[in-house]
Amino acid sequence: MRRALIALAFAFVAIVLIVPLAVVFAAALRDGIVPYLRAISNPEARAALRLTLVTASIAVPLNLGFGIAAAWAIARFRFPGRKLVVTLIDIPFAVSPVVAGMMFVLLFGAHGYFASVVHTKIIFAVPGIVLATTFVTIPFIARELIPALEARGPEQELAALTLGASPWQTLWRVTLPGLKAPLAYGAILCTARAIGEFGAVSVVSGHIRGETTTVPLHVEILYNDFQYQAAFAVATLLVVIALATVVGQRLIHRSSP
Amino acid sequence: MISIEGLTKAFGEFAAISDVSLTIPEGALVALLGPSGSGKTTLLRVIAGLEQPQAGRVRLAGVDVTDAPVQRRGIGFVFQDYALFEHMSVADNIAFGLSVRRESPHRIAARVRELLDLVQLSGLGGRAPRELSGGQRQRVALARALAPAPRVLLLDEPFGALDARVRAELRGWLRRLHDDLHITSVFVTHDQDEALEVADQLVVLDHGRIEQVGAPADVLAHPASPFVAEFLGGTHLLRGDVRDGTATFGSLALPVSGSGPARAFVRVVLDHST
Repeated sequence: MRRALIALAFAFVAIVLIVPLAVVFAAALRDGIVPYLRAISNPEARAALRLTLVTASIAVPLNLGFGIAAAWAIARFRFPGRKLVVTLIDIPFAVSPVVAGMMFVLLFGAHGYFASVVHTKIIFAVPGIVLATTFVTIPFIARELIPALEARGPEQELAALTLGASPWQTLWRVTLPGLKAPLAYGAILCTARAIGEFGAVSVVSGHIRGETTTVPLHVEILYNDFQYQAAFAVATLLVVIALATVVGQRLIHRSSP
Repeated sequence: MISIEGLTKAFGEFAAISDVSLTIPEGALVALLGPSGSGKTTLLRVIAGLEQPQAGRVRLAGVDVTDAPVQRRGIGFVFQDYALFEHMSVADNIAFGLSVRRESPHRIAARVRELLDLVQLSGLGGRAPRELSGGQRQRVALARALAPAPRVLLLDEPFGALDARVRAELRGWLRRLHDDLHITSVFVTHDQDEALEVADQLVVLDHGRIEQVGAPADVLAHPASPFVAEFLGGTHLLRGDVRDGTATFGSLALPVSGSGPARAFVRVVLDHST
């Protein structure tokens, strides 16, 4: 019975996880290493990678700032609407990413509600991609920090205040250093999702090759163009990022007491 | 000197302390003694500035600090569960109050050494708080609170989380430390033995009000109310009747005035002088 269960678990992992991942690499390297390198160093692929990294490097710090502020407010203060904020933070998880993308088109698109107010091009341009990605990844960091901060209680912060520390000194020297593990964990999940996000970004991007395609969108374009080998080659970049995320999570879990 | 005038603090409907006035002389070691819910911790936290009172004033060394934030009050606070900074070494914990004031590293290092000596933890400065025993952690918390040279030291159930033997040891140690430093100190406790053994002065609280203030021997010899007599322990309650100038409690008869039902509090005192 025990052996059967273990075998079943391994079989499931192999069929659902390992085999598909292996197939991606096999398809990417089908024609050898040279076409593989050509596919991932192609100018459009490089532009897509650059856009993906730029987007993540804006969305993740924004959500770090928001996550810390929201978690601090929710865990340390009682105010009217507190429960509402806790619920609202989860909305990006609940809403389909496609709907999230459409919301931004409705707001900022050529005929959107804010079109007359905001004159920069947002939809079908980089700002829209950054906005959509930020929206979709809002919950990751706040969700990690709120329970960690609540579990730790306010005593260390109060102790810092009695020792003469200002609220800022307390935040930087006591609160945040004590939250290293959940901060890093949340940031890793947030980064992984920011890099991999497809649905919301697809709606607001406009798919302008070399300009508004991120790595996941570039994979889709190549695939729809029947350039299977190139599509899989670029996809391996995403797989590597995903694996690095999982390894990073394990390391943080092991090092935190 | 700490002087408190008409302090009131309520949490919603519950009045934790109501109209409390108290003067604590410079250099005294005072125990706030009472059962749980008597308001003793709230009183301590209001003095510290960790809670804002609805009414009343708090003065430290003659200065009204009622509206001053906790950082500006010049107090040292020792928390019941130590509240040490877990991610810092023992030395960094003690240095914290000095480094937020941007003291020179040289002076901080000297002060940290001095305090480690004072609390008898020399050589343990590099340890993490979680590597220490409960009694050691408590002493680090005390050293940390003393490092910025506060005018007043406030301790919330300082020995509450320790086992009996360590507790007894630390009590005597706190008493001796106070005799050396003479810093005005207030500690909260629900343990009457601890209060009697350590403090110069007792403040007995019940239901958010002060029942009695006095030296331990005086409070013990002349409890001001039935509550104080019962709370200090060793007291027996006798019920009887007063009739024709005599109160009768079983076979015991005492001359009193008045009439009706009576209660007598009896304590057996062992006189060590004979």
